[in-house]
Amino acid sequence: MSRTTGSRGVGTTAGPSGQAPAGSGNGQARALRVEGVWKSFGATPVLRGIDLELAEHDVVCLIGASGSGKSTLLRCINLLEPLDSGRVFLEGEEITAPTADVNRVRRRIGIVFQSFNLFPHMSVLANVTLAPCKVLGMSQREAGERAVGLLDRFGLADKRDDFPDRLSGGQQQRVAIVRALAMEPDLLLLDEITSALDPELVAEVLNVIRELARGGMTMLIATHEMGFARDIATRVCFLDAGVILEQGPAAEIFSRPREARTQQFLQRIVEAGRL
Amino acid sequence: MSGSLAGGPLGSGDLLSLRASGPPRSGRRYDRSAFRSTLVAFGSTIVFFGLIGWVVVHAPNWPEVQRSFLDGAVWAQSVPDIVPAFLVNVQLFCIAEVLILVLALVLAVLRSLPGPVLFPLRLLATVYADVFRAVPGVLIIYLLGFGIPGLQIAGIPTDPFVYAVIALTLVYSAYVSEVYRAGIQSVHPSQEAAARSLGLTQFQALRYVVLPQAVRRVIPPLLNDFIGLQKDTVLVSYIGVIEIFRQSQIDQQAAFNYTPYLVTALVFLVITIPLARLVDVMIARDRRRFLAGTR
Ligand SMILES: Nc1ncnc2c1ncn2[C@@H]1O[C@H](COP(=O)(O)OP(=O)(O)OP(=O)(O)O)[C@@H](O)[C@H]1O
Ligand SMILES: [Mg+2]
Repeated sequence: MSRTTGSRGVGTTAGPSGQAPAGSGNGQARALRVEGVWKSFGATPVLRGIDLELAEHDVVCLIGASGSGKSTLLRCINLLEPLDSGRVFLEGEEITAPTADVNRVRRRIGIVFQSFNLFPHMSVLANVTLAPCKVLGMSQREAGERAVGLLDRFGLADKRDDFPDRLSGGQQQRVAIVRALAMEPDLLLLDEITSALDPELVAEVLNVIRELARGGMTMLIATHEMGFARDIATRVCFLDAGVILEQGPAAEIFSRPREARTQQFLQRIVEAGRL
Repeated sequence: MSGSLAGGPLGSGDLLSLRASGPPRSGRRYDRSAFRSTLVAFGSTIVFFGLIGWVVVHAPNWPEVQRSFLDGAVWAQSVPDIVPAFLVNVQLFCIAEVLILVLALVLAVLRSLPGPVLFPLRLLATVYADVFRAVPGVLIIYLLGFGIPGLQIAGIPTDPFVYAVIALTLVYSAYVSEVYRAGIQSVHPSQEAAARSLGLTQFQALRYVVLPQAVRRVIPPLLNDFIGLQKDTVLVSYIGVIEIFRQSQIDQQAAFNYTPYLVTALVFLVITIPLARLVDVMIARDRRRFLAGTR
């Protein structure tokens, strides 16, 4: 993993390396590459030239102040928001190409939201099996077996017939993770998945993510849980005003941040008692 | 007599009132005062209606009114005529209701579709809803019921019942599609985002995630619209369908007495009040659920 620093982002829209090898030379396949992504809402630029690379099995944590663009970046990668410019590659294939099939791309990228977004009119099992049945064309039985296996693995086996409103926040968020996993995604995007939870429920959700990391899941995680990021991340990216200002191994970023902005941000976090 | 179509059935406003009301009361603390309130309510009701009754019965012309509206003999004569005629209204209502539910859903979905390519469809659905809510329902019934058979196209149905069904369906679909649409819009966009993020297509997201939630939420206002439809079935008497209202007119003219109208009014009361209570119960239940959900 290279340690790249700085806001070189401005205007690197179509980088020199248009062809992305799926299994590149150094043995580690690139799972995700984000190239010069710009995104504005109206006149407000939110992402200002984001470059980011994830190798397979990488767990990358995005940290940064509220409004720095973490959620927007994740939504752009999942094509829930159209880009203004820039490109995104998933395992070497450009998913932002006009010819790319959006629905096929989304099958391969799972996303879990801060607010769970479970389907309230469906049981836990139906929440998990909906996409495998309707999108992957699995039979109810096959999808059901896969779902039960996953629910079991994350301690939710006895909740399969409950409706979301009967579950605690932590349980709901774990169901949301299972729902994303049921599609067997190549990449999992997690957007502050513990921010809406009561403090005592945070651990159970983070433990799920730890287990996924051990299992080799490639993940891009926006988070305010610095302790968790330090534990789990193979790399931490500090997002500031729409650019990745600094990135590197967690130990380096947290103990020896180079950029003044990063130092300030971490200082505030420490003062708030969250590191 | 102008039907309730002119005023229009209740629409999406119900969804809002469903949210705005306060929390339900519960718990033992309220039991004793609840009992006292019931007693007071009971007493004041008796006094109130007793007074009204007294005023009416002592009105100068009461005996005359009593003769022309409450004639026992005419009553006995007209009930066997009127109650079977009501079956025509019931048929009309049932057939139209099914058609309305389907057509209105199609319209609402058309109006919710995104993208510039589908603009003509959206426009069409919007114009439809505007036109059929703007023109009084009686006029639509007249225009269809007399206009279309008047074309004398070979093979076209001549039974006014057919045009009655079509007219009521067209008019009510415009209202009901608005109710559906309000329901669709009340489902938070994050639900669609969650569905799409799993790889579901736009249509699948609508079909499996948005619509089921939308329809559930609009059942009470839908039932309200159907109370309106039930009553508006009498409007088709204008194009020659012999239904309950037409039948009571016939009886009234035969007996020179208005009692048949009273019979008709009672039939509607008996049918409609339970439905209205059901709607109230459902709205109250939804409110409890909604409050539980926001806890
Ligand atoms: N749909 C939208 N329309 C307009 N502005 C938006 C939209 N979504 C996000 N923004 C703006 O973009 C900026 C970045 O938002 P984003 O949600 O990506 O930040 P974030 O880093 O995830 O913050 P947080 O930590 O609070 O979740 C914010 O200023 C926000 O107001
Ligand atoms: Mg965010």
